[in-house]
Amino acid sequence: MSDIILKAENISKQYRLGTVGSGTLRDDFKRNWAKLRGKEDPFLKVGAVNDRSQKSTEDYVWALRDINFEVKQGEVLGIIGKNGAGKSTLLKILSRVTAPTTGVIKSRGRIASLLEVGTGFHPELTGRENIYLNGAILGMTKAEINSKLDEIIEFSGCERYIDTPTKRYSSGMTVRLAFAVAAHLEPEILVVDEVLAVGDAEFQKKAIGKMQDISQGEGRTVLFVSHNMASVQSLCSRAILLQNGLITHSGTVLKIIEEYLTVDSLPNETTCKKFINENERTGSGLAKIKFVEFRSKGMVKTPATGQPVELIFDIDLVESIKFEDLELDFRIDNQLGQRILWFSSTVFKKNRLEGNRQIIFQFKKFPLNQGSYIVTTHLTHKNEVADWAKNGFQFQVDEGFFYSSLKKVSPDQSNIMIDYSVSYA
Amino acid sequence: MAENEDWLYEINAKQPLIHIDLKEIWRYKDLLFLFVRRDIIAAYKQTILGPLWYLIQPLFTGIIFTLVFNNIASISTGGAPPFLFNLAGITMWSYFAQCLNNTSNTFASNAGLFAKVYFPRIIAPMSQAISALFKLSIQLFIFTCFYLYFVAKGSAISPNYTLWFFPFLILIVAVLGLGTGMLISSLTTKYRDFRILIGFATTLLMYISAVMYPISEVQNSKTLSEYTWVVELNPIAILIETFRYMTLQEGIFNWGLLGYCALLSLTVFFVGLVVFNRTGRNFIDTI
Repeated sequence: MSDIILKAENISKQYRLGTVGSGTLRDDFKRNWAKLRGKEDPFLKVGAVNDRSQKSTEDYVWALRDINFEVKQGEVLGIIGKNGAGKSTLLKILSRVTAPTTGVIKSRGRIASLLEVGTGFHPELTGRENIYLNGAILGMTKAEINSKLDEIIEFSGCERYIDTPTKRYSSGMTVRLAFAVAAHLEPEILVVDEVLAVGDAEFQKKAIGKMQDISQGEGRTVLFVSHNMASVQSLCSRAILLQNGLITHSGTVLKIIEEYLTVDSLPNETTCKKFINENERTGSGLAKIKFVEFRSKGMVKTPATGQPVELIFDIDLVESIKFEDLELDFRIDNQLGQRILWFSSTVFKKNRLEGNRQIIFQFKKFPLNQGSYIVTTHLTHKNEVADWAKNGFQFQVDEGFFYSSLKKVSPDQSNIMIDYSVSYA
Repeated sequence: MAENEDWLYEINAKQPLIHIDLKEIWRYKDLLFLFVRRDIIAAYKQTILGPLWYLIQPLFTGIIFTLVFNNIASISTGGAPPFLFNLAGITMWSYFAQCLNNTSNTFASNAGLFAKVYFPRIIAPMSQAISALFKLSIQLFIFTCFYLYFVAKGSAISPNYTLWFFPFLILIVAVLGLGTGMLISSLTTKYRDFRILIGFATTLLMYISAVMYPISEVQNSKTLSEYTWVVELNPIAILIETFRYMTLQEGIFNWGLLGYCALLSLTVFFVGLVVFNRTGRNFIDTI
């Protein structure tokens, strides 16, 4: 217990929704009036749980509520959660960009953040000048920067441009230089948010390697926030899971990642994508697709790679025809319009279940990699086209684990995943 | 659990009213000077005349003021050459105006930076006041050049012993500009009305700050006698007059008035600082 370097006690953060206007002025007066009389802020009592998809009449929400955690010296703590779960707010509070509404954070070390690298770069200054400026903004002294200048320049791989104004840099180069500065910081606690999402593959590898060095080799404490489960897994030893502003789980990184992937399957957002209008489709119209939806474990949700997924087509048909006479096939194109998969009901013998005229395609392990896909559907009745929807709907595939090794395949490498094995003989 | 209390620092929801961590500011001194450097370098990058613009601005303003106020409106400048008289006023005024304008934009123009990294927020307005000194020194240089020119031409002007007070005079101007600027920049984060106000308010303020006329002119005026206090109690007017007294023997030098200016500046500065610190903690949520 003795080596706790950072401790958060009852951290909460309240935000007001909507625009600033006379309403906020009125609330400000109420708040200050209460303060003058020595009473508690009346707005701390109100405020809804932060769930962005739910409509609410409340003006105030709690982006974070009663966050408690401790970080030990040298630990790499992963903070994971969906968009809007409060991760960035937490990091902002930790890096003192904004103050918490309630609660205390106690720290034994300097905290420096890599909240989106490249902060404070001035386009008119040269790379070298920006290293000094950026370094100083991040809390280094001039002497510290001097001693590391060569190392920073070398790490960035921008030697040639170092005396050119950064406005002439490509965006990738700016990021490289910025990360190089940030990576050479020596705070006791480093806060990292999504930095790895930038730069090319080579640089990302370098960046992850550097992160590992920092955390393992140098015994630095790191708070790491990312959507990239693979890098969370490779860097962190422990993780906390944020959900709607609350810490719902904390524990070993593998357990939390598993939890995150199941939590994500809560029917929080509707994934029932609207089909294109009927007048944009062709066919006899004897039968039509009403809507499509993805389900996982019985719940409507965005499909994720490697997870059990059902794709459900809800069919509307005229009374005179039989549901069993319909055949459905569909193809899936990637964002470049290249066909990558084709599925058809004609492949199998029909398996009629009791139900409301739905055609259900079941996947034990969803084979598509993370990304966005477009589907063209083709519904036929006795070999006659009933409903043909070119680019009928688009859907998103979330990041997930396909292989039991939890290794990821980049969507740039492949859109499709299949099971296979490798042996060394 | 005995070691529980020796934390390096705490991030608290509540903060004492006046909170200036001088140690921390000292630790960030390099940042302060890099900001100053950045402001000076970046201001005239990709211009051909570069810092010469600092010469051209006051020079032309001085000429126009002399033509309009002294030749057309025939405002008396006592024994001092009108051009030098105006130049003195402009030099002081533009330092104040630059401090005020630049610091009053602190939060708005640094939003991107403040949203991501922590450093003592006060560093930003402080750097503005310091980089404005650079412009001031160039303007003082021109002022000196013309001063020598007029002396050589035989004008009966000479500086007097009160000149030793000059650095403190600049300090008072800086503190006043900084304080007002911080106050306004804090108010602007949530309610942007003040940003619109400050735009024309500084221009109007110049007219009641004795930049292009001596205070005595207002006092002697029959029509304005009721409103003389507007200029008389205006700290900037007093400070400008003091500067003119130091260099041109033309103006007011009164320890009482200067004490009043210093006190007022410090009050504004501390109020500004308190408001600025409070705003700095949360402004990113409201900007």
